[in-house]
Amino acid sequence: MSKVLMKGNEAIAEAAIRAGCRHYFGYPITPQTEIAAYMAKRMPKIGGTFLQAESEISAINMVYGVSSAGLRVMTSSSSPGVSLKQEGISYLAGSDLPALIVNVQRGGPGLGGIQPSQSDYYQATKGGGHGDYHLIVLAPASVQEMADFTVKAFELADKYRMPAMLLADGTMGQMMEPVVLPAENSGKTYEKPWAVRGTENKREHNIINSLYLVPEQLEVKNLERYERYKEVEKNETLVEEYLTDDADICVVAFGIAARVSKNAINAAREKGIKAGLIRPMTLWPFPSEAIARAAERVKGFISVELSMGQMIDDIRLAESCKKPVVLCNRVGGMIPSPEQVLKAIEDMEGGER
Amino acid sequence: MAYTQILIAGFGGQGVLFAGKVLAYKGLEEEKQISWLPSYGPEMRGGTANCSVIISDTPVGSPIVSVPDILVVMNLPSFDKYENAVNAGGSVFIDSTLIERKAERTDINAYYIPATKMARDLGLPTLANMIIIGKVIRETGVIDMDGLRDALAKTVSAKHQDLIEANLKAIEAGYNYI
Amino acid sequence: MAVVFQKPKALTDAPLHYCPGCTHGIIHRLVAEAIDDLGILGKTVGIAPVGCAVMAYDYFACDMVEAAHGRAPAVATGLKRAMPDRIIFTYQGDGDLASIGMAETVHAATRNENITVIFVNNAIYGMTGGQMAPTSLPGQVTQTSPYGRDVKTVGYPIKVCELLSALDAPEYIERVAVNNVKNVLNAKRAIKKAFQNQIDGKGFSLIEVVSSCPTNWGMTPQKALDWVESDMIPYYPLGVYRDKSAKEAK
Repeated sequence: MSKVLMKGNEAIAEAAIRAGCRHYFGYPITPQTEIAAYMAKRMPKIGGTFLQAESEISAINMVYGVSSAGLRVMTSSSSPGVSLKQEGISYLAGSDLPALIVNVQRGGPGLGGIQPSQSDYYQATKGGGHGDYHLIVLAPASVQEMADFTVKAFELADKYRMPAMLLADGTMGQMMEPVVLPAENSGKTYEKPWAVRGTENKREHNIINSLYLVPEQLEVKNLERYERYKEVEKNETLVEEYLTDDADICVVAFGIAARVSKNAINAAREKGIKAGLIRPMTLWPFPSEAIARAAERVKGFISVELSMGQMIDDIRLAESCKKPVVLCNRVGGMIPSPEQVLKAIEDMEGGER
Repeated sequence: MAYTQILIAGFGGQGVLFAGKVLAYKGLEEEKQISWLPSYGPEMRGGTANCSVIISDTPVGSPIVSVPDILVVMNLPSFDKYENAVNAGGSVFIDSTLIERKAERTDINAYYIPATKMARDLGLPTLANMIIIGKVIRETGVIDMDGLRDALAKTVSAKHQDLIEANLKAIEAGYNYI
Repeated sequence: MAVVFQKPKALTDAPLHYCPGCTHGIIHRLVAEAIDDLGILGKTVGIAPVGCAVMAYDYFACDMVEAAHGRAPAVATGLKRAMPDRIIFTYQGDGDLASIGMAETVHAATRNENITVIFVNNAIYGMTGGQMAPTSLPGQVTQTSPYGRDVKTVGYPIKVCELLSALDAPEYIERVAVNNVKNVLNAKRAIKKAFQNQIDGKGFSLIEVVSSCPTNWGMTPQKALDWVESDMIPYYPLGVYRDKSAKEAK
């Protein structure tokens, strides 16, 4: 397969098309607009739908409609827009509908800024809308993963009948890297007997719904859903471990923060400090086992984040507060430098064992 | 193992992002590891723009270039901002038509090229960026001149393929400027 | 023995939960009859709103989707774009369509989405117990306008047909009522036309049905129907507000 140079945002769009997605709904917002622009160009030529909705709220509800019909569908936005989509995301989860939501994060809260951020971690992984639910959250750290995880997200969403989110950031969206695009018709497909495509007078009517006024019924629905979530946790957790075998200091970072951290870890190794990286590729399910294993032998953890410290909570839960966990961060659109991460590693190395 | 970090900076509209793309596409043709990261947002129009390019034999870590081995500056604010960031022993390429001052640092190689004037004289007023890239290629060898046409064909959008020759001409002019 | 009256096939056997005297039952039936008459039951997908008709998904025998409050036209847009050969309708109340879902309504209309919208206007939020609606009449007493709707502070009712017919795009907009036999028969014709338009690919068709809510209006069913005639219809005049094809044919 030949490599092409592509922006992360464009790689998502092309990969989605190759995964069989023919319906895209969005609303302009920086720094993800390339996805919409790409879809606007491509979809009409392949018999698909690109529609610029009147709002993010409408866009996610159009997604809900297409998903109800059993077809692959996506929307994309950046942080403030993803907040608007939360109502629809909760309904998708409550109606057991698959869909792909892309969040190319920018700084917040409020209108925030347009530079990269990871401060929607809580929103993505803890359920940004109302009710008990999870999204499958994939965190790409390269343009290649922007493409690959897009296909993966469609697959997993269909497999488990739940929405999936690609949690990227402005850097990942805007940068170009060589990428091997997935083949046409990528991604395993699944039968969708629940879809509303007309009864053809051959079966009872299907209903897509999240309303259960009888509490016993709603409880059962929630319990069933969480059984499925257990399966996801068991089967679908993805993590990269980089130089962790002999590591004394374990950096934990995802997305752009992981890229920066690798530079710092290499620099630390050159100085004789045994540092390693655990990179969650899925944020939900979170790779708690990898963290717990590392906790048995490392001196401590450094959570490198473009937020005020959100993932750090999950690290502490995973390692049961056995070892210290420190935060190394920048916020508001700033990105930690390799030097900053290196300093955090050196500080921990100098600390008491 | 080469790991070259390049920062190209100037005003929006001078083609700094495009210049970075040419390097990135050529690097890809040479089967190097590549990343290209633009500054983005409203500053793309009129304000300062810059892009980070990494061309490497090993996988690219952070795509953000904060300590460039090669710095290209096409306006004074960018030169003022980034001169001190350049890696010791690195190179800075300065459009001397637009930047009158000289480099203050003595531990870097400074190359002065009147790219904007040369572009005007060549009748290619929008291609000062490519003239500087020609100079970068000559002095650093970060990419080869051979096969540039193919890389340009990929960089230039489908409807502007007629501009490839002009771009090549500008790069060659920069390459041959001594 | 000849069957002279039967339940439309497009309705299930589920007992309706509506209050005595509520006209939702009539309107459900008119929609179901239109679906039966046009022979489209097997390829129709309906969208239920949030409001009194929220459980319409149990009552219509076609495939059904329950939408978030106000979002039915966006959901319908998704369904129609995904399946252009299917018949997609929404069934929405006044709070759903004209308050929280106004943006979705206007934009689906201005895109001339080829869908059918059944808009039930009873000038009140019924499901939540009788609060002021965007279509509550000036002076109308509700739970949240206990001294009567004061137009100086909360503004005037929204006239949906008039508002949407200011747009260039929509195909068909008509306001009907179901307070007497004559009006019911006319409503049936209008609803059927709104589905036929979709079959013919003509675009966005909205039928506003002026309806009643005896429970929350605090009236007997008969009194409520009288109030539709004496107060609602004068404020919301019945008639065709837009018929693009008919106009073009002239």
